[in-house]
Order: sequence, then C-alpha cells, then structure tokens
Amino acid sequence: MHNDVGPESTRHGLPLGLARRGFRGRITTIEVGSGAQGPTATELERRLLELGFVEGASVEVLHEGPLGHDPIAVRLNDTTIALRRREAMAVYVT
Amino acid sequence: MSIAIERNASHFALVGAPNSGKTALFNALTGARQKVANYPGVTVERKTGAIQTPAGNRVIFFDLPGTYSLRGRSPDEEITRDVVLGRLASEPRPDFLLCVADATNLRVALRLVIELKKVGRPLLLVLNMIDIARRRGIDIDLAKLSAELAVPVVTSVAVRRGGTEELLRRIDELAAAPQIRRENTWSPPSNSDLRAAQREADRILRVAIAVPPKPDTLTARVDALLLHPVGGLLALLFLLFIMFQAVFAWARPLMDLISAGFEAMGGLVHDVLPDGLLQSFIQNGVISGVGSVIVFLPQILILFLFILLLEDLGYMARAAFLMDRIMGGAGLHGRAFIPLLSSFACAIPGIMATRVIDSRRDRLTTILVAPLMTCSARIPVYTLIISAFIPDKPVWGIVRLQGLVMFGLYAAGILSALGVSFVANYFFWRDNATPPFMLELPDYKIPRLRSVVIGVYTRAMMFLKRAGTTIFSMMVLIWFLASFPRPPLGAADPAINYSLAAVIGSWIEPLLAPVGFNWQISVALVPGMAAREVAVAALGTVYAIEGGKEAAAQIGQALASKWSLATALALLVWYIFAPQCASTLAVIKRETGSWRWMAITFTYMLALAYVAALITYKVASALTG
Repeated sequence: MHNDVGPESTRHGLPLGLARRGFRGRITTIEVGSGAQGPTATELERRLLELGFVEGASVEVLHEGPLGHDPIAVRLNDTTIALRRREAMAVYVT
Repeated sequence: MSIAIERNASHFALVGAPNSGKTALFNALTGARQKVANYPGVTVERKTGAIQTPAGNRVIFFDLPGTYSLRGRSPDEEITRDVVLGRLASEPRPDFLLCVADATNLRVALRLVIELKKVGRPLLLVLNMIDIARRRGIDIDLAKLSAELAVPVVTSVAVRRGGTEELLRRIDELAAAPQIRRENTWSPPSNSDLRAAQREADRILRVAIAVPPKPDTLTARVDALLLHPVGGLLALLFLLFIMFQAVFAWARPLMDLISAGFEAMGGLVHDVLPDGLLQSFIQNGVISGVGSVIVFLPQILILFLFILLLEDLGYMARAAFLMDRIMGGAGLHGRAFIPLLSSFACAIPGIMATRVIDSRRDRLTTILVAPLMTCSARIPVYTLIISAFIPDKPVWGIVRLQGLVMFGLYAAGILSALGVSFVANYFFWRDNATPPFMLELPDYKIPRLRSVVIGVYTRAMMFLKRAGTTIFSMMVLIWFLASFPRPPLGAADPAINYSLAAVIGSWIEPLLAPVGFNWQISVALVPGMAAREVAVAALGTVYAIEGGKEAAAQIGQALASKWSLATALALLVWYIFAPQCASTLAVIKRETGSWRWMAITFTYMLALAYVAALITYKVASALTG
C-alpha cells in the first residue's frame, strides 16, 4: 500500500487511506486519484462531499477493520463514518 | 394504490438524513393512524398518516426514505426526490417540507436544508432528539440558527410524550398562514455546489452552535470494544451464537406447543366428523397445512426481534463495518450482512432488506445469493431426514453427528453463497468499478419498545399473510392432487397410486431418478414450491394416505424404511441449493423489476442442486454399496 504514496500525495498532504488508527488532522483537499476516471471519479467525490468530507473538516481515525486494517471508521467533525481505505485515498489530510 | 388527494388538507413531507429519527417522529405525530403501502411500480414503502391538529386543521404527513441529498441514487432516494418535487403523478406535491435533523449531528442536515430551500416550498427545520443534545451540553442558539438559515426552526423529542407539542403548534401556524410558494429552482447540485453548501452549513454551525470540547464518549467507549479488531469479531460471533441459540432452542417449547395444538385439533376433527372426504380434507389438508406453517412463527419472531433490536441500537452498521472486508473477498458489500442475516429466517424479508444497498450491482449480487442462506423453512426438511437417517452418536466431546450434519448444511449454504457471489462478480460485473462502502456509524441509542414491537408485528403479519394465502392454497392443492381421482371400488393398491399426484410424480421421476429420488419425493417437490417446509407435510400426506394413520405420526420411520441412505443424503443436498420457493422467486421478480434476474436465480440454483445431489447420490451409493 505504501507504494501508492507518490509525489501527488505529498502535494496536498497524506491520503486518509494511508492514515493509521489514532491519526488526527484536517482535510486539505478532496481529489479522486488516477485509479478512477470520468463519471466514477465525480461520483465518488460527490458521495464523499455528501457525507461531509469537505476541505477544512477535522478527521480522526478511530477504528480499523479486523482484516488488513480495512475499512476505517473516521470521526469527521461530530459524526462517525465508516469507509474503505480505497475510497479514503481521495481525501487528503494534514 | 394512492389515497385520494384531499383538497382541504395540508400535506407535510418529512425529509431527513438516515438516522435523523425521522420515522420515530412520524410515529409520534401519527400514532396508529398511519397507512403503509408501496409507491406504484416500485417497492419503496409509502407511509402516510392523517391527523387532526389541536387547532383543528387536517394534516397529512408523508414519511419519506432517508437521504443525504435530493440527487436520488437508490430507488428509495429517487422516491424522496420525486415526491418533494411533485414529479409523481400519483402523489400530491407536498405543501410544506419538514426537514428532520438529529440535533446532535447537524452538519450534514444543515446542508440538506440549504438544498431543500431551493425547492420553493415553505420549509420547517425540526431539531429532533433535542433532549440528548442538551444533555451533552450542545448549546444551540435557535434564533440565530433560524436567522442564518432563513428557515424557521423548532425542536422536538419524538420518543417522549408531549415532545411534539411545539412542532404541532408551528404546523398549525403554517397551515393557517397564507402560503407563499416560490419557483422551484432545484437542480442536481454539482460537486462545487455541494462544497459551497457544506461550507455555508459549517459557517452557520460555528455561529449558532457551541459544542462542548469533550463530546459524549459513551459510544466511543463501547466502540473501543465492539469495533476492536479481535474483540469486535468475537463480540459479533457471540451475538450471532446467542441469536441462533434463541432461534433454535428458545423457540422450541413454543413450536412444540403449536404443533401439539394443531395435532389435537386434527384429532378432534377426526373424532367428530365421519370418515370420508370432508374429514380427510379438514384434517390432512387444512389443519395440518396451516399448522406446518404457523409452527415457524416463533422462530421468525425471535430472529426479527434480534435484528430490530440490533438495528435500533445502532449495532447493525458496526456489523457491516466488521464484515465488509471479510465479505468483500467474495465481492459482497458490508451492508449485505444484514439482508443475508435476515435470510436465515426467510429469504423474502432478506431480499426486501437489500433496499438499503444503494449500488445496484451490490444489491443484485446480494439478492442472487440470499436464497442460499439456510432459511427456517429448510429446517423441518433437514430435521426430518437427519433424525431418520443420521445416527445420533457422539463424534467428539459434546459434538454429536446429527448436530455436525446440520452445521455442515448451514456451512454449505454460506460457502456456496460466497462462491456464487464471487463467480457473479466475475461474470456480470467484470467491467464495472467496485462500488464504494461508506456509511455513518450512528451513536448508540436504547431501542424504543414501541418501535420494536411495531416492527416485529408487521413482519409477523407479513409472514402469516404469506402462510394464509400461498402456502395454504398449495396445501389444499396437494391434498386434492393426492386424493383425486378416487380409487376404483375394490382396488388393491393404496388410494394415492390412482391419484393425479401419482401421474405428476411419474412425469418428473425419470428426470430425478439419476439423483435417487423416487416418485413420492417427486410428488412432494411440486407442492414444496409453495414453501420448502410444505414438502415435509406433502411427504406426510403422500405416505400417510398410502400407509394409514400410524405412518403419518411417524413420517421419519416411514422414510427410513422406504429410502436408501444415498437418497436421503441427496435430498438433503438438493435442499441446500434448489429454488424450492415460489414466493422467493416472486419477490426477486418484484424487487429487481425483471424476469431476467428471477430466471437467473432459478436456473443457477436448479443446476447447482441437480449436480450436487447427483454427485452426493453417486458417491453415497458407491460407499454404501
């Protein structure tokens, strides 16, 4: 998974998909990476936005799933959202 | 289907995010005066309730499915959008919108309010669960919130008596005031619209609401255990164990009571009525037919009690979180866990519960494999054959062979479901991207007795309705098939050998002979299409009529003397896979809106059943000689 950390991820900070349990930070940007394209990328971004993942929101990784530390449960301001690391790669945090 | 549009009533639509307590508020407002139906053409529940307000206004409430925005991704969300925008021909466009929000979790709700303002209908923001918010020290400046949003705000406590007085007062004010309707300027929000709206919502939150630095930690403390990578899985397994223990052991006394009751009733009829067709019809057709279905009610009630309690508690989303990766390996969504769990009681509620899965692909895969979960209706078939053919000897410690076989049948169902889902993903969805798994983990809440009771009751009624119609009529049909035409006078063979059932059995028998099924089994499989457990009653009928009253009391003994072990094992394996349930197929057709998915389910299950039973029969025959 650490192979995914390219130059892109350092530009906006760390992708939430790589953060470990206990990580606290703020969202710098939502950007669906090269893995998904076209309507899928827009759709994923939209779903993240609808759940409240927007720039400036505070995040904390509360829990990790039992297999491969996936999915993760994220405290997002005052709500808790469960999502897969794959989707969380689109959320950049510092 | 649609109720008449009442001209002098005000229509209020309840809109809100999932977990906002919208349905609890709807229940509090309408009480028992609610009507539950379906929207025409789709299987989304349409819940309405008409009341007379304290000021004497007639108000009709619509409880719409929970949604994060009006965009309409799933069938449920599309209904919400279409009703709010007045796009459904069958529904009146609501006069007012009540946006219901969880007062402890306003962030996403405020963005929805900003979106709903564009619809051009008077809007009232209802801050539900305000008591919990106050207890947590969340300080909401209602006047400022209302001013910033330019929307009136009212608080409510749906679950407490009198908690909706203030809301009803505001509803009366709205209904009485001259209505200002503006143009509908809503269009699907773009990503930058969503961002802007959420930023605006966050800004309003900052000026109108003060959250204490240390938020409620009870949920966090419980989650530290229940979502722990090891402890969480153990807790889930323990819960499942308790659940199945309850379903199978606790329900037993009640089930024995029910079957004894029906047996006594049948005996009474036998004694009172003279021997003949009428006596046979009422005792063997009606009473034993209805009884063979009602006997499952305790199990179904207990299973749904557990599922509803866990759902209301907020645990089900956690179960999905824990199971997502494990099920994801087979291409199933974490949310499929709940529907598949329900399918252990009955595939029908399980398939209906797949509506919570918003991706069509994940939903169809789940529907496809749900009938492979060992439903209650298979249990009597399994129990009958296991107790007749499998010796009750200890294998290891307290593990006995009969229990082990039962466990094996359950495991085979689960494993084949995972396998089928894996294959389905490969064949049907190879070109599609994996849909995301994202869901809110709501704060834990103590379940309300009232809503759990309402939920269990509606499910029980659904089951009884099915028992009262499909299954019962099939039971009467099998009795008819097994009784007519009457044997000629002085016939030497048992009466059933002259009946229509024997004719049908002899048609199917050549097809099923390779898997070791005799014509009695072939006959019993036909009414078994009504519901799997009916096959037991049908076998009883077939052998009872053939062998007299003593055999009916001991179907198992009759089978043991008439079938080979290979045949019995083949029938067990057949029942793991075979699409032996017309109601399930009908529900698949309704839920997917296509004959295609029903046909795919039927075909793949039949093929699996035939091949698996064939292998079992050949291997068992070879081993037992």
